[in-house]
Amino acid sequence: MSTYEIRHEPEKTSPWPLLLTLGGIAMVSGLLVVLAYQITRPMIEANQRAAVARAISQVIPGAVSHRAFIIDESGLRPAEEGERGDIIYAGYDEKGRLVGIAARASAQGYADIIHMLYGYDPRCQCIRGLKVLKMAETPGLGDRIKSDPAFLKNFQALDARLSADGKDLEHRIVTVKHGKKRHPWEIDAISGATISSRAVGRALDASARRILPLLMPHIGELERAAPRNSREAKR
Amino acid sequence: MSANPAKGPNAAQERTWDVFAEGLWRDNPVLVMMLGLCPTLAVSNSAINALAMGLATSFVLVASGAIVSLLRSLIPKQVRIATYIVIIATFVTLVDYAIQAISLDLYNALGAFIQLIVVNCIILGRAEAYASRNPVGRAVVNALGMGTGFTLALLLLGSIREILGSGSLFGFNLFGPNFEPWVVMILPPGGFIVLSLMLVVFNLVNKRLGAAVKQGGGHGHAA
Repeated sequence: MSTYEIRHEPEKTSPWPLLLTLGGIAMVSGLLVVLAYQITRPMIEANQRAAVARAISQVIPGAVSHRAFIIDESGLRPAEEGERGDIIYAGYDEKGRLVGIAARASAQGYADIIHMLYGYDPRCQCIRGLKVLKMAETPGLGDRIKSDPAFLKNFQALDARLSADGKDLEHRIVTVKHGKKRHPWEIDAISGATISSRAVGRALDASARRILPLLMPHIGELERAAPRNSREAKR
Repeated sequence: MSANPAKGPNAAQERTWDVFAEGLWRDNPVLVMMLGLCPTLAVSNSAINALAMGLATSFVLVASGAIVSLLRSLIPKQVRIATYIVIIATFVTLVDYAIQAISLDLYNALGAFIQLIVVNCIILGRAEAYASRNPVGRAVVNALGMGTGFTLALLLLGSIREILGSGSLFGFNLFGPNFEPWVVMILPPGGFIVLSLMLVVFNLVNKRLGAAVKQGGGHGHAA
């Protein structure tokens, strides 16, 4: 009475059917996934290229083609596929003239990091366009940085001039309270979305201060580096 | 399985409709079983997101249901759950790549919720409770019904939230520039509010239908 009886003895099954089933299904599944990856990869890459090209043509007015470069302390070089670093895109018009440079910027917003692409015009030394690539700001409030016409007007000609020694911006880009914009290097915030507006200012300031002093000495190289025919758009 | 099922004299046809209608209404995954609420609430902030999520889930549901049903006599019961998960994960990965190939904007809008279809309990639940015990035809019909029910519930939720929260439907502006959108509707609380109201309406309608069926002498099914 005191001993426990084992009523349900485990069924004696050979492990081979289990191994075969799981192994077989995993193998077929792996094959299917690889097949799907191979089939969709060119389409996905085309989509990504189209998205980058669309964003670049939005932030560089007049750009029909672009090339990607990497800029760092050692200079400027064409970006290879999948390379990491500060990537900039040089935008060219139909005749192969340099019309602007697009670069990425990001900063912590209200909800998450806001990623954006901005266009820099070397002739006026100013920022000419801004596109928010990825954000999680509050719908109806912070996400107006993407669409608010008055806010986007800030980026028609936002001053980003380098100082005389070329080592920093002449004036740092700052976001000011709504209606308090006095200077061309100030960004007029959206009322009710100050945190998101400030994040945009911080991102542009940090990116411009890092990239522009490195880039400006090489601007001539970019002008000569136009794609051979304007349709060729690398990356 | 669609033409006037209630009047159809053919019993087999009626049963097929029953199998389909189970997910469409009587055991609707969202409105009755309350399964898969995480993607339901998370991506129903616009009609297009809701529709894409519903279709992606339906595809995985039908495809994995068919495979599980076909292999049901071959899969040893000790490893069945692991096997189902591998099958489901395969189809989710296929959908994931397909959506990236179709539209990156849509892919970004749906975020991680496409990958998370793997753990959507509707799919594993159907595989375990239905597909593994029924022939492939019935399993597919049942999965189609469940998928359609899930998609319709999501689409309704997404449409209501987009109309009220953004003043548009499928991206088309409905009310003109003077409409002040109810921002709360596209935020998470809006999902809970609209879903709860939908449940109230659904249960009221079901009660009415149930009462009508009782008075009318009780037809085979209330759907």
